[in-house]
Amino acid sequence: MSVGEPVPVGDGLAPTERLRRGGPLVTELRYVLRHSRSVQIGLAIVVLLLLAGLLAPLLTSYAPDKIDLSNTLKPPSHSHLLGTDELGRDEFTRILYAARVSMVVGLAAVAISNILGVVFGLVAGYAGGFVDNVIMRAMDGILAFPALLLALLVISVLGPGLFKILVAFGIAFAPANARLLRSMVVSVRQNEYVLAAQALGASHTRIMVRYVLPNAVSPLIVSASLGMGFVIIGLAGLGFLGLGAQPPTAEWGAMLSGSQARFFTAPWLLISPGGMILTAVVGYLLLGDGLRDALDPRLRQSK
Amino acid sequence: MTGTQTDTELLRLENLRTWFHTRSGVVRAVDGVDLSVAEGQTVCLVGESGCGKSITALSIMRLVDPPGRIEPDSRMFFRGRNMLSLSGDDFRHVRGSEIAMIFQEPMSSLNPLYPVGAQIAEAISAHHDVRRGKAMTRAIELLDMVGIPSPRSRAREYPHQMSGGMRQRVMIAMALSNEPKLLIADEPTTALDVTIQAQILDLLEQLRDSLQMAMLLITHDLGVVAEMADDVNVMYAGRIVEHGPVTDIFAHPQHPYTEALLHSMPVLGMTQDEPLEVIRGMVPNPLAWSEGCRFAPRCDHAFERCSEDPPLMPAGRQQSACWLCESGPRSSSGVEVTA
Repeated sequence: MSVGEPVPVGDGLAPTERLRRGGPLVTELRYVLRHSRSVQIGLAIVVLLLLAGLLAPLLTSYAPDKIDLSNTLKPPSHSHLLGTDELGRDEFTRILYAARVSMVVGLAAVAISNILGVVFGLVAGYAGGFVDNVIMRAMDGILAFPALLLALLVISVLGPGLFKILVAFGIAFAPANARLLRSMVVSVRQNEYVLAAQALGASHTRIMVRYVLPNAVSPLIVSASLGMGFVIIGLAGLGFLGLGAQPPTAEWGAMLSGSQARFFTAPWLLISPGGMILTAVVGYLLLGDGLRDALDPRLRQSK
Repeated sequence: MTGTQTDTELLRLENLRTWFHTRSGVVRAVDGVDLSVAEGQTVCLVGESGCGKSITALSIMRLVDPPGRIEPDSRMFFRGRNMLSLSGDDFRHVRGSEIAMIFQEPMSSLNPLYPVGAQIAEAISAHHDVRRGKAMTRAIELLDMVGIPSPRSRAREYPHQMSGGMRQRVMIAMALSNEPKLLIADEPTTALDVTIQAQILDLLEQLRDSLQMAMLLITHDLGVVAEMADDVNVMYAGRIVEHGPVTDIFAHPQHPYTEALLHSMPVLGMTQDEPLEVIRGMVPNPLAWSEGCRFAPRCDHAFERCSEDPPLMPAGRQQSACWLCESGPRSSSGVEVTA
């Protein structure tokens, strides 16, 4: 019996890449990682920041809120790599621990917004009609509030706190994800394999979870990365206004705002948290942008 | 053509109407189809593009999406039960386990993100409460049954690593995973090249016999009909215009449409100088079907009577919806079948 050789068809990959073991999405991401400079740089920054936050206790011998009044406002030196602040706390240590706060809030907010976005977007796009309309109009309603405004609203009612902020951000960013996923679901649902799955008697839940979602989810990878960038900026902004993390928690925005009066006397206290915010945001945006550039041709093809 | 033919009726459609209620009007895609399939039999549904073959198949699966709707007076009996009165959830258990379907386009009918073995196992677990390992073993058996070499390693491959013919084999394995009584095949070989077509048709025929299932084969290829069918239904503009055993239909077609279809087939030994007969005109727009016989505007035999709607009339062993057959079979020129 003659059987044709495996004939690869257009999924936007080089043939050698395509024939590797591993699912198409994994192969795709591997390819992107190897060929996109901005993904490489962005990922390097993100990984370094994650490691800095995780390994903070190993990287420094100081505690983040250890006050040392005999050592206030010291410029960077061998014993204090980035100097000390007005209470004699080691700036380097505080920067590292603040990375933890940003990462945790960012990841949690992005996780919340993605879970909400996936649930609502998937159901709306798959069900269509009335259900779709109700869900998406509700999402439009949330979309009317800018993320920062929604967070301010929550804080003004419930008082400041990181948990409230991350929930507020999670909800504020959910509609964008829901819309993105819904549009993908609507197009993926047209595929013949969805009809074939129905013809096999698969339930709606099974079709949504096993057939539609995995084929529709890749743009959310991009939006998750970009979302991290926005959440970090938002968190720093709230911190700067004194509405984010409360003292003595180390947080980049709060550190920045606490030191702005000392711009001329202790500039290191401004440069280091500011630099960290910039680096983190640039890292996530580079990663997200690179992923989008790399994944987009495929999205266009699959339509 | 040696299907284990019994007279036990498996599927019967009575006055099936599937209409699409669109903004520009009601599209009567399937408009009063009567059709029956006996156990173990291969029934072909033939017709031009746009005559309602695929919608008939999707209607049997109850997979017509809005604005399409199976009209309330339609009836569909499967093993004696009226399928149209079942709830959606009850019918879901029929779908895939008792009636299965394979599609035209094997390239896009498989989920690109999972290995084929896992997809077959999934089809099994949709209807049976089996453990993953057991479903996988069964999937490998099925791949072997549909003639995929080294099924164990092939089961771990993704659809994009397979050729069109192999993917269609996988689709067949999936459709047969729950041993359905009826397999609906909607142009299963149209997207494949000729040598693979023959292999797939042979495979279907062999599986039909070994699994003792009936098959409703939808095609526009009369060569396929001659090779596979026991019974033939010719469809035109949403209706069955002729029905009968395959040999009779080919030897003495009763409806002028069937006759014209047969003569538009190229015959082996024809030279390039001989013009191929064509049916003039096109399938009429389903939004505006004329009263009376819908084929009349394209028919060489049309006469006054054709302004009235012809019912299916017995004509020998066939039935034909043509006024020419009102007083029994008419003489017509058929083609020789060499199956």
